[in-house]
Amino acid sequence: MAHAATSHDTHHGDPTGWKRWVMSTNHKDIGTMYLIFAIIAGLVGGFLSIAMRLELQEPGLQYFTNPQTYNVFVTGHGLIMVFFVVMPAVIGGFGNWFVPLMIGAPDMAFPRMNNISFWLLPAAFALLGISLFVEGAPGSNGFGGGWTVYPPLATMGHPGPALDFGILSLHLAGASSILGAINFITTILNMRAPGMTMHKMPLFAWALLVTAFLLLLSLPVLAGAITMLLTDRNFGTAFFDPANGGDPILYQHLFWFFGHPEVYIMILPGFGIVSHIISTFSKKPIFGYLGMAYAMVAIGAVGFIVWAHHMYTAGLALNTQRYFMFATMVIAVPTGVKIFSWIATMWGGSIRFTAAMQWAIGFIFLFTVGGVTGVVLSNAGLDRNLHNTYYVVAHFHYVLSLGAVFSIFAGFYYWFPKMSGRIIPESIGILHFWVAFIGANVLFFPMHFTGLSGMPRHYVDYPDAFAGWNRISSYGSYIFAAGLLIFFYGILRAYMSPVRAANNPWGEGATTLEWTLSSPPPHHQFDTLPRFSGSGH
Amino acid sequence: MSEAVASRTASNRTTLVACLALVVAMVGAAYAAVPLYRLFCQLTGFGGTTQVASTAPASALAQMISVRFDSNVAPGLNWSFKAETQVTKLKIGETATIFYKITNHSSEPVTAQATYNVQPDLAGSYFNKLQCFCFTDLTLKPGETLDVPVVFFVDPALASDKDISTLDTITLSYTFFPSKSRKTPVAELTEPPKPQL
Repeated sequence: MAHAATSHDTHHGDPTGWKRWVMSTNHKDIGTMYLIFAIIAGLVGGFLSIAMRLELQEPGLQYFTNPQTYNVFVTGHGLIMVFFVVMPAVIGGFGNWFVPLMIGAPDMAFPRMNNISFWLLPAAFALLGISLFVEGAPGSNGFGGGWTVYPPLATMGHPGPALDFGILSLHLAGASSILGAINFITTILNMRAPGMTMHKMPLFAWALLVTAFLLLLSLPVLAGAITMLLTDRNFGTAFFDPANGGDPILYQHLFWFFGHPEVYIMILPGFGIVSHIISTFSKKPIFGYLGMAYAMVAIGAVGFIVWAHHMYTAGLALNTQRYFMFATMVIAVPTGVKIFSWIATMWGGSIRFTAAMQWAIGFIFLFTVGGVTGVVLSNAGLDRNLHNTYYVVAHFHYVLSLGAVFSIFAGFYYWFPKMSGRIIPESIGILHFWVAFIGANVLFFPMHFTGLSGMPRHYVDYPDAFAGWNRISSYGSYIFAAGLLIFFYGILRAYMSPVRAANNPWGEGATTLEWTLSSPPPHHQFDTLPRFSGSGH
Repeated sequence: MSEAVASRTASNRTTLVACLALVVAMVGAAYAAVPLYRLFCQLTGFGGTTQVASTAPASALAQMISVRFDSNVAPGLNWSFKAETQVTKLKIGETATIFYKITNHSSEPVTAQATYNVQPDLAGSYFNKLQCFCFTDLTLKPGETLDVPVVFFVDPALASDKDISTLDTITLSYTFFPSKSRKTPVAELTEPPKPQL
């Protein structure tokens, strides 16, 4: 294994008080801020979703007097969860914290840029918050056209300034992510410790490298597309206006050229986190390390050439649909490589079912369910029927809400002792897992049934025929929310308890460099770069 | 050590510049998508883009095909717009001329412009127009009526495209839109725009 030197001599006085956080250039402090930000945004996004489930519990209008407000909640929930919860948590939070530690770097390559990356996010979040409270569609507040922001609804249907605030919010969030991505790429390519070759680099660092490239290639396209929307709305251009020679379908192409890589941006870091947890608690190196790394590269690359499977009903030529259908199904191959390699890692291992391990196994199971429905939806013929039904909602919540979010909780329970130096009692993490696992499945599994029987998305009301499963879905969402109370109780317990975490609380299975440091790590680590000679992944 | 730090700083800069260049290139690509997509459609007939030809084919096939003429006027434009006949039957490769009658029923001069499309999409690249009135501004005085011709032929190569060789009808669809219909950007309107459906 690695021989890590962990000398802790500070070159200058560590900043204290508010300056330590606001002016922070320290990757660990910035990572902590990202995580706290994601938790707060997650509560806001979660509140919106609970409001939606309360409304949908019974047919008819219960809580929303204006159906448009419900659509605003749907849109806000989507945008917040994507841009202000999952991405800040896995990329900004865990990425900032553990990429430098894992590759033996003293910090990120551009520490000040890291600070800007973070502080753009609260500004973006504030703009999105404002957007909810200013006029959008005539007579109501907020933008209600879904997170995809399709024209013509986005250009003609919402004359109020709500969407303009939303677009500027996405610009800022995008700029934040692009700067972050540049930082990760530079850090991973240039700042690895001596001996840490690319093919010895931990899988989480690989995941972040691929994610950063996806961000760099896809986010500028989103920025371009929403800028066109902005100028169509405000400055009389006609990119998406057919009356003046534009084409609304062009927006869909541009959006999904970003939107599809975006879903891999959200899940790839989770793949990395889960790989480390499975390996640690099976006390075995990850099975098929190189295959795992290049499967992520393949998923990232193929992710760029499948976007139109979101547009089967937009009037694509048959041959185009055939191509996108085939290309989409190909993604199941590298994803299968990952799933089977995780199972092979556990096979014959000395498995400990810690909280983190249970979350990770839950992730594998639920992500696979979502992957299978994804293959179903990739069929252009079937998608005619399922497009914009709750089946799609079930699919992407299985891969994101139950996939990406479970990987976030898995990573949190895995790394919390390292980040804070404190211990969340295992029993609390395990209880949280089972409550969340049951809640999430009760919430999302019935959506397969409502979707298959034809219930469309984005409606505040539905025919009585769908009432039964919707009620059960709503109960599931309350169970999942109750799990969050257990989560916060666990953190509270950790900070009230005098027990402190050891440098490596997980034993010999945890082989990456962060476990060679103290818990929490010193403010500046690796003043003398560690020499990495082993092959433990 | 300081030398190592300096060389790392330099290579960090290089990576930074390369990444920024990539970002700029992708923003450019998003905007270039507009003209590139148009070029792509014109070259391949993708999405039902019709072809503009300068000469008619020398010989026609025996196979017949029907061409239907669909004409529409966007809401807010007080014009009538109709082809002299709804459907015509011709040999594949034969050149035909069809007249459309356009009348301005409003009490003021109005400028409008037509967009067109061919269905099915796959037939777009075989539908050739020698003369048409599309994508040019047309101004009609109050009450004025105009007869405009479209001269076209169906490329004989259609008969050897196995996807659509058995096709018996092509629809040519025109829609007239008022030119620069939107004087005020939508965000500056006090009244919500009427849905144009």
